[in-house]
Amino acid sequence: MAQFEVEIKPENLVYGKSPVLTDAPMHFCPGCSHGTIHKIIAEAIDELGLQERAIGLSPVGCSVLAYNYIDIDWVQAAHGRAAAAASAMKRLNPDRLVFTYQGDGDLAAIGTGETIHACNRGENITIIYVNNAIYGMTGGQMAPTTLVGMKTMTTPDGRDPKLHGYPFVVSDMLAHLPGVCYVTRQSVHTAANVRRAKKAIRKAFENSMEGKGLSFVEMVATCNSGWKMSPTAANQWMEENMFPVYPLGDIKG
Amino acid sequence: MKEIKLLKGNEAVAMAAIRCGCDGYFGYPITPQSEILETLMSQKPWETTGMVVLQAESETAAINMVYGGAATGKRVMTSSSSPGISLMSEGLSYLAGAELPCVVVNVSRGGPGLGTIQPAQSDYFQAVKAGGHGDFHMIVLAPASVQEMYDFTQLAFDLTFKYLNPVMVLADGVIGQMMEKVELSEGKPRVDDESIQRECGSWAATGRVGGRPRNIVTSVELDPDIQEAFNHILAAKYARIEQDEVRYETFECEDADFVLVAYGSSARICRRVMEMAREEGFKVGLFRPITLYPFPGDVIARLAERVKGFLAVEMSMGQLVEDVRLWAGRNVPAEHYGRCGGAIHSPDEVYNALKSKLIDKIK
Repeated sequence: MAQFEVEIKPENLVYGKSPVLTDAPMHFCPGCSHGTIHKIIAEAIDELGLQERAIGLSPVGCSVLAYNYIDIDWVQAAHGRAAAAASAMKRLNPDRLVFTYQGDGDLAAIGTGETIHACNRGENITIIYVNNAIYGMTGGQMAPTTLVGMKTMTTPDGRDPKLHGYPFVVSDMLAHLPGVCYVTRQSVHTAANVRRAKKAIRKAFENSMEGKGLSFVEMVATCNSGWKMSPTAANQWMEENMFPVYPLGDIKG
Repeated sequence: MKEIKLLKGNEAVAMAAIRCGCDGYFGYPITPQSEILETLMSQKPWETTGMVVLQAESETAAINMVYGGAATGKRVMTSSSSPGISLMSEGLSYLAGAELPCVVVNVSRGGPGLGTIQPAQSDYFQAVKAGGHGDFHMIVLAPASVQEMYDFTQLAFDLTFKYLNPVMVLADGVIGQMMEKVELSEGKPRVDDESIQRECGSWAATGRVGGRPRNIVTSVELDPDIQEAFNHILAAKYARIEQDEVRYETFECEDADFVLVAYGSSARICRRVMEMAREEGFKVGLFRPITLYPFPGDVIARLAERVKGFLAVEMSMGQLVEDVRLWAGRNVPAEHYGRCGGAIHSPDEVYNALKSKLIDKIK
């Protein structure tokens, strides 16, 4: 077997863990999108030099413990209320980066009102919205975003629009509001998508710091445990089933 | 020179907030307290002290704005009336669970349900016993005049930062709507960001200024042993509050055979009842709790050693009276009288109740 001398020098490093990520092992299931999204948020904060000025709000749901992983100040908000809390935080601390990190149950079900009104007021915050079409933390119940026909613990025969209504497409609705300056839908299931998603987060954070209004970054994400699939199968299922309903790309700004 | 103004109770709260260096008010209109938000919007304190004033889309949003603002170490408050306070319960529990400072004013009205917009004192249980889910208390101050609406708003900010626990000013529609002269204090500037770093730097989520270790404001703890230990920490805080923050007034209780127990506007009505009784030769005193939590129960227990009876007078079907009975013990009667549902008892009605329930029976 060939031996290689590896010279560890900063200029030789091509990749490293972001200094804005902690060393805490993540509690997310293998294959879950949250870990990757956390990573690119941390990298974006680092690249923009905002670690000492960033305040994140974690939701109720799988990402409630986001504060364990991204090394900034955090506030854990009540279920669905992160956008309201963030509104006050940013108005009282206008030179800070204030962003929320919310799942689809938190944001699009219980927190719909707070989300729409924060958007409508044009608060200078960023909302990162992770849409995996299911309640992960509580064990895989139907979310507002659950696809028609999709089986969950509360839709054992699949979501029936006659019973449960239709998948809630939040981003397009919010894009109509004049207070919202940037709406984009991204995913992190391929390297190329991760790069685009990080760029979107950077742009959103820059908007927030420049006072341009509210920036909304939706991440179409997998919950392979909740979907009862392997990580690879979940990625494929997302492409085939989620993207037609939640197509990727910039919606506004 | 003293600055004296004729103000509604609600206006006094707004003026006090501006002058005590409040950083942010977040509220939603509801009768009978909307003048607090209206006064703040007309005073435009953002142009003078830099105070943020924001009309929220609901009481739920308002209390969570308070939660967010408080989490950054700012002096923040909200106000509402009974149904709106119910919507804030979850937020109040989060604030207590995260040990955050905030001031909440309840200008209460009749209920249950949507009830009436007229005054009532039927939120005693909610304020004192059940502000929300979980093991926590709020400090509850009960003003009985417009001056006290002003003074207690400032006192509430001092107490909430002393204990890092929500403080409620529990008024009612009478105190909120009536006008009296108020001596205004000299304005205090808002606390600057450097002072917040110094005073709240160990817990507030201000951003990791100077690279300090991160602060996490949260009330979630999935390990039962740690959550239990935290609840003991909270309990120790409440024990300190019960030790040090009891406030009350007594009127002619020294020789009293019968003692009226009343807070807020009922205490004012009872002052007149006491005079009426004394004019007819009955030795009647008045005990007025100012802090409803911590409750001045020791005073009632001491009075119970020598008085013949208590009458709790409150604009409710009987809430305060339960605490009076608890402390009065089994040997002294503690009766209740009160109009409710928006009705206000007259001194004559209270005096008649005092006679029929206590004086005529015992003498």
